[in-house]
Amino acid sequence: MTTTALARKPVRWGRVALHLGCLAALMVMLYPLAWLLATSLKPADEVIASLDLLPGHLEWSNYETAFEGVNEVSVWRLLSNSLLIAGGAVLGNVISCSLAAYAFARLRFRFRGPMFAFMIATIMLPHHAILIPQYIIFNQLGLVNTYWPLILPKFLATEAFFVFLIVQFMRGLPRELEEAARIDGCGPFRSFFRIVLPLTRPALITTAIFTFIWTWNDFFTQLIYLFDPDKFTLMLALRSFVDASSQSAFGPMFAMSVIALLPIVLFFLAFQRFLVEGMASSGLKG
Amino acid sequence: MTTTAIPTATKGAGAATPKRRPRREREGAAWVFLSPWVLGASVLTLLPMAVSLYLSFTDYNLFDPPHWVGLRNYTQMFTEDPRYWRSVVTTVTYVVIAVPLQLALALVVALALKSMKRGKAFYRSAFYAPSLLGASMSIALVWRAVFNDGGTVDNLFGTGGWVNKPGWALLAVALLTVWQFGAPMVIFLAGLQQIPAELYEAAAVDGAGRWRQFLSVTVPMLSPVLFFNLVLQTIQAFQVFTPAFAVSAGKGGPADSTLVYTMYLYDRGFVASHMGYASAMAWVLLLVIGVVTAVLFRTSRSWVFYASEGDR
Repeated sequence: MTTTALARKPVRWGRVALHLGCLAALMVMLYPLAWLLATSLKPADEVIASLDLLPGHLEWSNYETAFEGVNEVSVWRLLSNSLLIAGGAVLGNVISCSLAAYAFARLRFRFRGPMFAFMIATIMLPHHAILIPQYIIFNQLGLVNTYWPLILPKFLATEAFFVFLIVQFMRGLPRELEEAARIDGCGPFRSFFRIVLPLTRPALITTAIFTFIWTWNDFFTQLIYLFDPDKFTLMLALRSFVDASSQSAFGPMFAMSVIALLPIVLFFLAFQRFLVEGMASSGLKG
Repeated sequence: MTTTAIPTATKGAGAATPKRRPRREREGAAWVFLSPWVLGASVLTLLPMAVSLYLSFTDYNLFDPPHWVGLRNYTQMFTEDPRYWRSVVTTVTYVVIAVPLQLALALVVALALKSMKRGKAFYRSAFYAPSLLGASMSIALVWRAVFNDGGTVDNLFGTGGWVNKPGWALLAVALLTVWQFGAPMVIFLAGLQQIPAELYEAAAVDGAGRWRQFLSVTVPMLSPVLFFNLVLQTIQAFQVFTPAFAVSAGKGGPADSTLVYTMYLYDRGFVASHMGYASAMAWVLLLVIGVVTAVLFRTSRSWVFYASEGDR
């Protein structure tokens, strides 16, 4: 494209059209989000009756109702449940995946080739193939309806995708630093904690962000493992609205939906540079 | 969970690492680092795979001991269960609609953004946002309302409520996936930016127009990325659950038209407590995804071009 850039045309109508097209596409794209926000503030009689995006008057009581929660469990409880699971998952993934990644990227051991191939293969493994026995195992251990099945696997590096992501990043680090440290008498542990881990920070941040968002959004695993309404997460609590199709529940339901999305939006705004670049460079799926 | 690897990554784990210390000395350290993964891979991946294969040949309701029934789950699935086939057809239809549309849109937008000087970062983030939010129950509920009777789509186009029409409900679910084209779009964009400008210049010198340049430079240079996105999105699409669950209020309706495979698996295993049957379904899914991935890899030889390999 450099050739066209050098020969500048006075009025670049093509470029203007491009921006107009992108803006139009963006408006269609972002409509559902605007709709969500608007509906969460609409009184019950306006939800369906009018096409207007803007509410006639703002119905804050939807949020009051939402904050009372679902099934007599307050939003704060649901929020802290969600945070606990997502936080535990982040901690688990960052620790266990970086440990495994360091071994695969930098250390030599027997069966490294086959084990690495297996690790890659598990990335493509559909969750459902192992879900039922995992459920049975946790059931036998009496851990169904606790958070252990949602958090414990993350401490065992079961999300191979992140192991792979961190391996790829570590391979790009210069070896000279570690070699210098080794000459100074650093063993693999010191060299991991002092040298490699700090340098791997961008990959760890990417891992943390995506783990948080995916765990936060996850529905299926929470659906099968959690029964008690007071153990529900925000996304799971929203499910209780699924059957309630009456218009009067619409406002509070979408107020709760907004509350459930807020942490992701905040994460997105805070880390969107890391997110988009992390994903572009690693082929990560959000 | 729902992810896959860049195909080239399987080329050996840092094969070029020269030995610098006696092997034994570092081997012990390696296993310490590896221990969480080894435990997880064996107890939470390998063992469950074996167990689910075993369970697929049994009748198991979670309370009584599994009862061996041989191939009965499979024969029942394939010959006596119309809802099973319904879920297969639904899922395949969904994959065939959602994946090509999503990738086409992702490519078109990536191409539009590629040459942009101002606003590229803004558009990229804005188009990407639905990919993060859209996987949630929140947005799936929005979808149900927007495509319902009296929802926005009905009001604008007089379509009636898609969500309640057997022929259309699945399309609403597919559109939610298409809407999340931001993730493959970002990957496309990264791929496009790595195509050397000289290639376009050389093509232009040879008299190639824009369309010719697209076909002869962009498409082959982008084919590895296209392949990557295709494999990734296809594997994920086969496992769709949340939007179908929300759109149909957890029932797969109307008339089982949104009963995707994983939802029927959930229904058999966790609602009806037929864990053996659900395990058989899980194994068929595993095999189908394996076969589809293998076929994609096989066909890729004829259309994916790796610049580093030169002319083959």
